[in-house]
Amino acid sequence: MSEGTFGNPEIVEHETDILIVGGGMAACGCAFEAKRWAGDDVKITLVDKAAMDRSGAVAMGLSAINTYLGENTPEDYCRYVSADLMGITRDDLVYDVGRHVDDTVHLFEEWGLPIWKELDDGHRVDGATWDKKGGKLLKDGGKPVRSGRWQIMINGEGYKTIVAEAAKKALGMENIFERVFIVKYLLDANEPNQIAGAVGFSVREHKLYVFKAKAILNVCGGAVNVFRPRSTGEGMGRVWYPVWNAGSTYAMAAEVGAELTMMENRFVPTRFKDGYGPVGAWFLLFKSKATNGFGEDYLVKNKDMLTEFAPYDKAFVVPSCLRNHVMLKEMKEGRGPIFMDTPTAMAKLAESMTPQEIKHLEAEAWEDFLDMCIGQAGVWAGLNIRPEQHKSELIPTEPYLLGSHSGCSGIWVSGPEDIAPPEWQWGYNRMTTVKGLFTAGDGVGASGHKFSSGSHTEGRIAGKAMVRFVKDHADFKPVLKGDIKDIAEEIYKPVRNYFEHKDKTTAEDINPYYITPRMFQMRLQKIMDEYVAGVATYYQTNAVLLNEGLKYLTMLKEDSEHMRAKDLHELLRAWENYHRVWAGEAHLRHILFREETRYPGFYYRADFPKLDDENWKCFVNSRYDPETKEWELKKVPHKDLVEKHYG
Amino acid sequence: MPTFVHTDKCDGCKGGEVTACMYICPNDLMKLDVDGSLTGHPMRAFNQEPEQCWECQCCVKACPQQAIEVRAFADWVPMGGAAIPLRTDNAIMWTIKFRDGEVKRFKFPVRTTPVGSIDPYGNKPEPGDLNDQKLFTEADKELPRIQS
Repeated sequence: MSEGTFGNPEIVEHETDILIVGGGMAACGCAFEAKRWAGDDVKITLVDKAAMDRSGAVAMGLSAINTYLGENTPEDYCRYVSADLMGITRDDLVYDVGRHVDDTVHLFEEWGLPIWKELDDGHRVDGATWDKKGGKLLKDGGKPVRSGRWQIMINGEGYKTIVAEAAKKALGMENIFERVFIVKYLLDANEPNQIAGAVGFSVREHKLYVFKAKAILNVCGGAVNVFRPRSTGEGMGRVWYPVWNAGSTYAMAAEVGAELTMMENRFVPTRFKDGYGPVGAWFLLFKSKATNGFGEDYLVKNKDMLTEFAPYDKAFVVPSCLRNHVMLKEMKEGRGPIFMDTPTAMAKLAESMTPQEIKHLEAEAWEDFLDMCIGQAGVWAGLNIRPEQHKSELIPTEPYLLGSHSGCSGIWVSGPEDIAPPEWQWGYNRMTTVKGLFTAGDGVGASGHKFSSGSHTEGRIAGKAMVRFVKDHADFKPVLKGDIKDIAEEIYKPVRNYFEHKDKTTAEDINPYYITPRMFQMRLQKIMDEYVAGVATYYQTNAVLLNEGLKYLTMLKEDSEHMRAKDLHELLRAWENYHRVWAGEAHLRHILFREETRYPGFYYRADFPKLDDENWKCFVNSRYDPETKEWELKKVPHKDLVEKHYG
Repeated sequence: MPTFVHTDKCDGCKGGEVTACMYICPNDLMKLDVDGSLTGHPMRAFNQEPEQCWECQCCVKACPQQAIEVRAFADWVPMGGAAIPLRTDNAIMWTIKFRDGEVKRFKFPVRTTPVGSIDPYGNKPEPGDLNDQKLFTEADKELPRIQS
C-alpha cells in the first residue's frame, strides 16, 4: 500500500492475542504479569497514545504510594475503602487488590524505586540513603515511613520511568506501539457480545491502525476536564488529575455494550488552590490543620452536620465527601477562604528538631509538590508563599470521574473466583460483561482507593486472567463486525469536515459548517458545570436541571459529527472530546437515576437531599445497547462480604 | 502553565524527525517547526497548545539542551517565580526562584538502580497454576481468603 497522507491514511492491520490499550500503571502491570504466563504461545501487544516512560496518571511522579498494607489485613482495607465510599463497594475486588498489592510494591523497590525508611532509632531517611544506615528492603522487614495507615512515602519523581522499564523489557519494544490512539473497540461479527478488535490512528504518521485480538485490556485512565475546571485561560490544563485522561476507558466500553457501575460517583478533591497541590502529606505527615478564614476548625465546629449521614460519619477516617460537606458550609456562608495552617504545623514539628532536621523538613515539604505537582511549587514561588511563614488556601476542585483514586466510577467486572459470590463472577477475573474485554485501575468500578500500586496490581490480576481466557478460547478467530473502510471514514470524519469547509470562510476557526474540538470541549464543560452539579452551583442539581442538561448534552453529541480536525493533533483532541461526552452522559444518567444524596460534598440531589440506605444502598448499573442505542439503568443489590463496623 | 522554548538553546534535536520533547510529552503538545512557517523559528520546538499543559515538566527534564522551561500560567500567577529541574539518572536538583528574588535549591533521589538494569523475570519463580489466583511471584505464598 502507498504511503498515507493527511485525509488519506494508510490502513495498517495487526493481529494479536492480547491487546493492552493504555500505557499507565495498570497497563504496565498487565504487560509484566501476562507475558510471564503467556510464554511464547500467546502474543501480547500494547498500544499507548503517549510514550510509556511518561504516560498515565503517574507521568509526573508521585511522593507517596497510597496503598501498602504492611501490618494491616485485607479485611481492614475493605472496611476503609467501603467507609470512604459511603458503604457501596465490591469487597471481593477490594480484598483481591489488598491481598496482592504488597508483592507489587516490593517489586517496585527491587527495580529501583526509592522508598523512605524509618530506622531503628526512629529517624526517617530518604529512599536512597537507608541502605547505608542499616535499613532494610520492605520485603526483608524494612519499616516504611507511614504518612497514614495505608500510605508510605517515596522519592517518586522517576516512579513511572521505573515501572515502564520493567513492562517494556517484559514485552519487548517490537510489541509496543507508542503514539497510537485507540478510539473504538469492535465486536465480533459472529459471536454475540464478544470483543474482536480495536481501531485508532497514529498521531505522528498518516496511519490508521486496525487490531484484531482475542482479549483486550481497556485501561485508559479516568475522565478529566469533563467539567469546567476552576482554572482559566492558560491554566486550563493545570487541573488535578492528568489532563490527558479523556474518559476513553468508560466511553469505549459503553459503546460496545459493557455494563457500567457507580458512574454517579465522582471525586472532588480538596487541594491547594490554583496549583492543585496534594494535601495528604500536610494533613497526615506534617499534622497540619485546615480552618475557615477566621481560624475555626470546621471539621470540629460542624461535626453535628454529619450525623444525618450515619453510620459513615463514625468511620475511623471521616469520608472525603463528608469533609468537603462541612467545608462547603463555611464557604457558602461567607467564612472563607479555607486555609491550611502550614506555619503552625511546621513550628510544632520544629520544636524538637535540630537546625539540620528543620532544613530537611522544609525539603520534604517542597518535595511533596515537586515529585507530583510541580505546578503548585510554581504557584508558591510566584506568590512568595513559604510554608513555614504563610498559610495557603485550599479549595474543592471541579469533579473528576475515576475508579482508582478516591472514587469508584467504572465498569462492572467479574470478581476473583475464590472470593466473589456467584452473581459477581462469570469466569475471568476483571472481565467486563463483554466477553474478552477486561479492565483494571480507573476502569474497574465500585472499588476505589487502589491508587498507583493497586492499579498496577489489578493490571497484573487481569493479565493472568486474560492469558487463561486466550488459552481457553484457542479456536476463536476474531472477525471484525462492520466494514473497515466505513470505520476509517468515521474516524477521519473531522478531517473530511475540515477539508470540505475550510475555504468557505476567511477565519478558519469561525465556520458555520464545523466546530473546533476546543469549543466542543468548552460546551461540554459548561453543560456539566451548570446542570450536573459542578462548581457553578456548589455541586447541587435536581431532576429538572439534569433533564435540561441531558437535552443540551444530546445536541452536543449530535454535533460531534461536525467536529473538525486540521491536523493529527486536532484529530486526537476531537476523539478525546467525543469520549468525554460519553463519560459525561453516563455520569448524568446515573445521578438522575439515584434518587438520594449519597455523596454530600461531592454532589447534592437537592430534590433528594438525604442519604437513603433503605432504598439506595445498592449499586447502580447501566448499559448502552449498541443495537437499539438506548440506555438502561437498574439497581443491583449490594452486600458486604467483610463485616463492617464504624467508630 | 505552559512550557516555553529558548530560541538560543533549542537545536531541534539536531534534525531528528522527533525531538526529545515531542517524544516524551504525555499530551502531544511539543512540536518541531521544521521550516519556521509556524513560529518564525526554523528547527525549533514549541508548545502547540499551551492551555492544555499539565506542567509535568517531562519535556523540561528530557531536553538535552536545557532549552525548555515552564512559565506559570499568566492568568493567575504573578510574574517572576519559577521551578527549574536538572535531572540525572539517579537524582534531580530543583531550583526554586521566588518572585521576590530568593532562590532555594533541593536535591532528591529518583532511582536506586542503574537505568536499564531491570531484569523483569530474573531470579523469579516459574509460573505456577494458571487456574488459581496467585500471581507468578507469589508461587511460595499462601493466598488469604476473607475471614469474617
